[in-house]
Order: sequence, then C-alpha cells, then structure tokens
Amino acid sequence: MILDLEKFTAAAQPHWDELEGMLERLESDPGRGFGELAGAQRFYYLYQRAGADLARLATFSSEPALRRRLETLVARAYAELHSAREADDSRWKPLHWFLHEYPRTFRRHLRAFWLVLAITLAGCVFGAYAVHRDQEAKQIILPFSHLLGSPNDRVAQEENRSGKELSGQKTTFSAQLMANNIGVSIKAMAFGMTWGILTVVVLFYNGVILGAVCFDYLRAGEGVFLAGWLLPHGSTEIPAILLGGQAGLVLAGALIGWGQRVPLGRRFRAVLPDMVTLIGGVAILLVWAGIIEAFFSQYHAPVLPYSVKIAFGVVNLAALIGWLGFCGRRTEEPAP
Amino acid sequence: MTSAAPARTHALVIRLPEGVDFSLPLAGPMLRFLARAIDFMAEMAILSFVSKIVFMLAVVSRDLAMAIVTILYFLVPILYGIAFEWWMRGQTLGKRVMRLRVLDASGLRLRFSQVVMRNLLRAVDSLPALYLLGGFVCLASRRCQRLGDLAAGTIVVRLEPSEAPDLSRLGLESKFNTLREHPLVTARLRQQVDPATANTALRALLRRDQLEPTARLEVFAALAEHFRSLVKLPEEIATDLSDEALVRAVVDVVFAKPR
Repeated sequence: MILDLEKFTAAAQPHWDELEGMLERLESDPGRGFGELAGAQRFYYLYQRAGADLARLATFSSEPALRRRLETLVARAYAELHSAREADDSRWKPLHWFLHEYPRTFRRHLRAFWLVLAITLAGCVFGAYAVHRDQEAKQIILPFSHLLGSPNDRVAQEENRSGKELSGQKTTFSAQLMANNIGVSIKAMAFGMTWGILTVVVLFYNGVILGAVCFDYLRAGEGVFLAGWLLPHGSTEIPAILLGGQAGLVLAGALIGWGQRVPLGRRFRAVLPDMVTLIGGVAILLVWAGIIEAFFSQYHAPVLPYSVKIAFGVVNLAALIGWLGFCGRRTEEPAP
Repeated sequence: MTSAAPARTHALVIRLPEGVDFSLPLAGPMLRFLARAIDFMAEMAILSFVSKIVFMLAVVSRDLAMAIVTILYFLVPILYGIAFEWWMRGQTLGKRVMRLRVLDASGLRLRFSQVVMRNLLRAVDSLPALYLLGGFVCLASRRCQRLGDLAAGTIVVRLEPSEAPDLSRLGLESKFNTLREHPLVTARLRQQVDPATANTALRALLRRDQLEPTARLEVFAALAEHFRSLVKLPEEIATDLSDEALVRAVVDVVFAKPR
C-alpha cells in the first residue's frame, strides 16, 4: 500500500524515465531491437516494475495525469515486447517481394483465384449470349460509347488513323487508365467485406462486358483486330483485376470462416499481410497495363502490324503466367 | 490481453498478463466523422497546393502535368491516411485535432498492413455516400469499429486530457480541514477511495445548491456513510462533522495537493 505518494513517485520516477527513454529509441527505429540480452532483460524488468506501480496507483483519485502516463508507458512497453518478431521482419526488400513473396502469396490462395476466374468466365458467357440473342443488349451492357457501333466501322476507322490522334495526351490517358483500373481493383478487394457479394458482382459485370465485346467483334469477323487491340494491355490488365478479385474473395473467406474454428479477429489477422501483398502487386501490374494501353495498344495496322501486337501480348501473358506460377518456388515452404 | 464486456461498451479494457488492467475510451461515429471531414479538407488543400506546383510543369509538357495531376487526385486521398497514420502513430491531422488515435485492437504495435487495409477499405465503408455504411457498422459494433477497422483489427480511441479537477469552485483553500491533522487517515483515504466514487463526491459538491433539500441530505448521507465504512475515522471527526462537511473534507484530501 502507498502511504506517501510523493515519496513513492520520487522513488519510481527514474525507472519510468529510463523505460520511456528505451521506448523512444525502440519506436524511432523498430529494426534496432534491444541490442544485447542484458538490454532486453532490463527492458522487461522496467516494464514489469511500471506495471506493478500502475497497479498500486490504480486506486488513487488524486493523480489522474500520473496514472495516465503510467498506463501509456505500460501499454507502449507491452506493444514493443509482444510485437518484437514482426519488427525483425519489417525491412521490406522490393525485389524479393516482387519475385518471391508475391507469386507465393498468389499460389497460397489459388482456389480463390480459380473461383474469380470462373465467375468472370461465367460473366463472359452471359455477355456473349446476351449480345447473341439481342443486338440491342449492347446498349445496356457496354458502358463505352465507342463500342456501341458496328465493329467493322470501328476497325475501318482505326486503320485509317495515322496514330497521331492521341499525340500530346498519351501520358494523361495512361494516368487515367491506371487510376480507373486500380480504383476498380481496390473496390473488388474492399467489397470482400460484403461477404464477397459485391466482389462477385464487380467481377461478373467485368466478364459480361468482356464477353459482349469479344462476341461482337468475333461475329463481325474482326478477331485479329480484337486480339491485336486487347492482348497487349489486356494480358496484364484483366489478370490484375482478377487478382484484385482474388484478394476480395480471400477477405470474404476470412469474414465467413468456412470450416474454421478460430475467432473472426484472428482470421482477419491471418490474411491481412497477404491482402496487402496482393493489392500492392495489382497496382504495379496496372501501372504497366496503363503504359501499354496508352503508348502501344492505341496503334493499329498499318502503323503497327497486328502480328507484332499479338506477339507482344502473348509474350506478356506468358511472362505473367511464368511469374505467378513458378517464381519463388525454390524457397517455398511445403504445404502443411 | 484484451477483453470487453459482452454488451456494447464505450471503452476497451486492456488486461495485461501481469494482472494490470485499464480502459481506453472508444471514439464514436460522430467524432470520427468530424475528424474525417477535417482530413477531407486537408486532402483538398494538399491537392490544390501540389496541383498548382505541378501545373508549372505545363510549360515543359502539358501532357505530363495533366498526367501527374490525374495520378495525384487518385493517390492523395488513399496515401494521405496511410502516410499520416503510419508516420504519426495512428493519427491524421483530423484525428489529431479531434484527439483521436488508431490503435491495434489487442494493444500491440500498429502494423503497416493494418494501416494500409483500414484505409483501402474506405471504399466499402463510404458506401453509399458520406460513410453511411461505415457509420452504421460503427454504431452496431461492440468496439465502435467500421468495416475497415474490423478487417484490419484496429480501434479508434479518444485521447482524454488528464487534467486535475478544478477545486477552486468549492472554496476549500480558505476552509480549515480537521482531516489534515491526521496524516494516517488522510493517506488511507487517498489510497482507499476509488476514482469513480471520488468523482461522484466532487460532482455532488459542485451541484449541491441545485439539489432539493431532502435529496441533498440523502446524497451526502450515503457518501459519508461510504467513506466512514472505508476508513476508521477519529471519534471527534466521525461525530462532530455533518455528512456534507465530511464529504467536503474527504474530497479536499483526496484531490488537493498536500499543503
């Protein structure tokens, strides 16, 4: 029991100050750690001592400021002690992350990706069927005015262009594409919090648009133009949006918790780093896709032969599949 | 380490393995909405300022300047929250003004992935407009968490100022307090009277003139009885002091600094 508060405070103050000093050093450089074992032991001693002081002080009404300071000190020290493992891993290595961590994360949630692909393909089939059954369906399905007309007219128009129409606005166009597509991917991921319902809606609708456009151009006999137009940027852009959807379904899976007997908070905590990894990679892919779409995809034959565009798209897609499917396998931990 | 009452509470109780526990007051949706409004204005100010600088690039390339502005208008609202909450330890400018802070729901250090996720999930919390979905979820949540907080495992707490109560309105300084002649009793009272009861006694004294005479007698009788049960008072104090005078004397020794 504390009888003389002033005496108690005077005796304990140096220990609190020392703990605060150690905390400030640790917080300013999380990778620093405690140094030698003696430093860690000293920190733990000071933390326990501050905790004990707080317990003794808890009943004192007269010292709210002192109590609040001790509470803050103890909470900060607790956070440092129990988060130490994470701090050790916190140094981010971009190349390792891109070449190893990202593909491994993708493969960890492969089932979600297959589901996303199936939903998008279902949307494609629906979009193609809708346009096949009713030509007027294009007006409702397609949000872009330049796709509403006849594919043959558009191809003729594009092939008559010199390729200089976007001159002076390519970078802006590229930036608009990046911003729009990254925004859609973030939404596909965030909508996972609606038990994945809105994620499914976004993916299915994207599939419907894709299916409707592809069917429309194939029916008009413009398959080569379609491949040359879509493949260069679509080989990155479409998989990137699928990866955003994958992150959304992973989030939905954690929210629903099928067959998992762990609390909701722990389920979220388990998938959180993977979610950030997935969406980070999506942003990088979409920056690349935006550059290709603005600076490459907008040129058509005869300015840029379709064979070159299609070859570029195929190589791009093969590289993407190789990266996601095989990179980081050597250092991959075996599945439990 | 953490526990919360089964019903919805306005505080998160942190219980350390060492047996120490304390509570963190949670921020409600209205306070958080105001902080967000301030952040929105800050974002607009940043965008306006940076755009003006970037547009100077238009002399070199108008296309490049427009592209950078387009990217900025997309990135600033996302990166603002992430950057500030990461570098300012859970605070943005709006949260700092409203005295709020984002914390890990288990009392651990806020991780970068948590900061990123709670900010990206604004896309769903802001549906259909003005953070209505996030606000409703926050109201229904036991820990006042919006969807982004639930997914990221974070909470937003109020940083309450810990100022000493203003005793000058009681005029205790000018009055003689018999309790002060008994240091042992004073020390025991300071140790035994819990903060909640001490605050109740203080508020009762501050509002005593607004109470009905009968109610006033009852309130101070109950408080005095409680204090007498906590500490054995010297005979002359226990018998000579009225209930209200005893409560005033106790409040004086509990809150005021030793003279």
